Amino acid sequence: MGHLDYATAKKVVFKGLIILGVVTLAEVFVALFGNGHIIPGFYVHKLIFYPVMIALSLYKAYFIVYEFMHMRYEVKGLAMSVLLPTLLLVWAIIAFFQEGASWGHRREVVRQRNMEPVEEVQKAGDTGMLDERTYQFQ
Amino acid sequence: MATDTALDHHSDVQDGNLWEGAKEPFKASYGKLMMWYFLLSDAFTFAGFLISYGALRFSVPTWPVPDFVFKTAPFGVDEAPLIFVTIMTFVLIVSSVTMVRAVQEGHRENKGGAAFWLLLTIVGGASFLGCQAWEWNNLIGTEGMTVTINPFSSHTEAGVYLSGEELEKAGLQKVEADAHGTTATYYLQPGKQDIPQNRFFVKADHHGHSLAGTEFAIGGHYLITKNHDTHLYEFGAYKSEEDGQIRTEKFGPKAFGALFFFITGFHGFHVFSGVMFLTIIAVNVASGLYVKRRNGYEMVEKMGLYWHFVDLVWVFVFLVFYLL
Repeated sequence: MGHLDYATAKKVVFKGLIILGVVTLAEVFVALFGNGHIIPGFYVHKLIFYPVMIALSLYKAYFIVYEFMHMRYEVKGLAMSVLLPTLLLVWAIIAFFQEGASWGHRREVVRQRNMEPVEEVQKAGDTGMLDERTYQFQ
Repeated sequence: MATDTALDHHSDVQDGNLWEGAKEPFKASYGKLMMWYFLLSDAFTFAGFLISYGALRFSVPTWPVPDFVFKTAPFGVDEAPLIFVTIMTFVLIVSSVTMVRAVQEGHRENKGGAAFWLLLTIVGGASFLGCQAWEWNNLIGTEGMTVTINPFSSHTEAGVYLSGEELEKAGLQKVEADAHGTTATYYLQPGKQDIPQNRFFVKADHHGHSLAGTEFAIGGHYLITKNHDTHLYEFGAYKSEEDGQIRTEKFGPKAFGALFFFITGFHGFHVFSGVMFLTIIAVNVASGLYVKRRNGYEMVEKMGLYWHFVDLVWVFVFLVFYLL
């Protein structure tokens, strides 16, 4: 703060209101347009829809942090000490979303195995006991 | 030239001895710096919540469709997807803008201006909380969503909802049982035990209108809600178009309600705390407390950082719950 004169600073605030408002309206428009609410039966493919939504939100986040929270006018060391740790979230997002997808696959495997018909297999000489070594190891 | 040399020497000393203490390498006060680091830690808390939402969403084949779930607005407006939450977002953006103005007036040591814009920010924050109260009330009271019950589901199987007559024609027996003072009407397949899992209900939406005859195709987005008025329509009977078999319908991922209430609740709690602190600081500004500190109303600036952070978090809550 104090890097801009008062009149310019007031204009930046007004510009911020317009930018955030327009980006929000654009997001809602894309959400409704992409899900067939504006043209019935017309859907935007998710591979286009999701990146557009995420990009618009990230722009809003950038604008709030850099203009409204004055990160642009702070010393570089301060900005980096706050912003760089958030890069850890890139790992967290990739790791946990992949883990979530894995839970889904496992659940589907369990569901399909549960539907498999059970066959009774009784080999000659099978006492129904496991191998002796199995008990020893446990 | 002697003055230049002296100046150069002075600045060299300052740059070279940052570690001697009493210097501010980040050119920010302790309080402001610590507010930034608090917000960083808070961002990780919110990220933890939102990432767990994402992980659970990735783990199930279907998820409630936001533009169907959030389609009601006050004054009886229905079928208006995302409109009310857009208004809520605007309220928060405007309150963020008034906060920037309060910080600017504070820098100019303008007591009246800072107090005025802080007051508008409080009004904005309180309005947002009011909107959220309405939204929660609607989801709990009308739609029947709780921490453990998710009444919304998107569908992956093809089928058509059946009416009561069609169920009876298919050989099911009509049962009228007393349930909390009202009559529960459901249908049982012959020879099946009368337990909740075996009961077929006629499907109705949350207004109580029958959904009999409604068709749905594989992979389409449909909002399936249970009738909350009587708590009776927990399962809908529908038949698959392929084999004509009558099936019950499972509701969507159970975690949706808990995730929604905890994440928007945690954000709402931040807004609530923010409104409390804004009120205290507005009173302090109006009483002239910060005039004596002569630091450009730094407390207003620190509060501004917190308030913009609340807006920042809402950008991502809005993204994951309402837009994606």
